[in-house]
Amino acid sequence: MKDSMTLTKAELADMLFDKVGLNKREAKDLVDTFFEEIRIALEKGDSVKLSGFGNFQLREKPQRPGRNPKTGEEIPISARRVVTFHASQKLKSLVEDEYAGNAG
Amino acid sequence: MTKSELIGLLATRYPQLVAKDTELAVKTILDAMTQSLVDGERIEIRGFGSFGLNHRPPRLGRNPKTGEKVQVAEKYVPHFKAGKELRDRVDHHK
Repeated sequence: MKDSMTLTKAELADMLFDKVGLNKREAKDLVDTFFEEIRIALEKGDSVKLSGFGNFQLREKPQRPGRNPKTGEEIPISARRVVTFHASQKLKSLVEDEYAGNAG
Repeated sequence: MTKSELIGLLATRYPQLVAKDTELAVKTILDAMTQSLVDGERIEIRGFGSFGLNHRPPRLGRNPKTGEKVQVAEKYVPHFKAGKELRDRVDHHK
C-alpha cells in the first residue's frame, strides 16, 4: 500500500477496507461520495472547512486581458469562479516539521 | 460545510453503516491524505484535484518589530490544484 509515491482513490478505499471494515464495494463508493459531497458543496457556492486538514474556498475572478501565447493575439480571459485550498495550521506545521525535503 | 456536516451527509447516504463508522471513514481518509503530504507524496483524485508540496527556498527576511535581518530557512508548503471536473462545476459563469 505504501509502495507508490502517489495516493489515489484506490488506496483510500483499501484503507477503509482495512481500518473501518467496509466491504470493497462500499469502501470504493464511500471514497467517491466523500469527494462528490465536497464538489456539490463548492458547486453550490459553499466553502468546505475540514478542521485539522484545510479549507476549500471559492473566489470570483473578474475578466482580465490575456493573450494567445502562440499568435500574440489579445483575447480576454473571461470572469470565472475558482476553488482555492488553504491548508490548516496543523497540516502546514506537520509538513514543515516532519518533511525535510529528503524525498523530493 | 464543515467536517461534521460532511460526516452527517455521508451517514444519511449510508444508512447501513453505523454513525461511528462514517466518522471513522472520514477521519481515515483525512489522516491518510495528511500522512501522504507529510511523507512528501502527491495525492491525485481524478475529477477532484491533486495535492502536493511546493518548495519555498531560504530567504533573508526581516523581523517586523526590530527591522533586523533574519535568515528564514527553506520549507515545504501544501498545495492544491483543482481538477478539470471540479473547475468546470464550480465555474457558474460557464
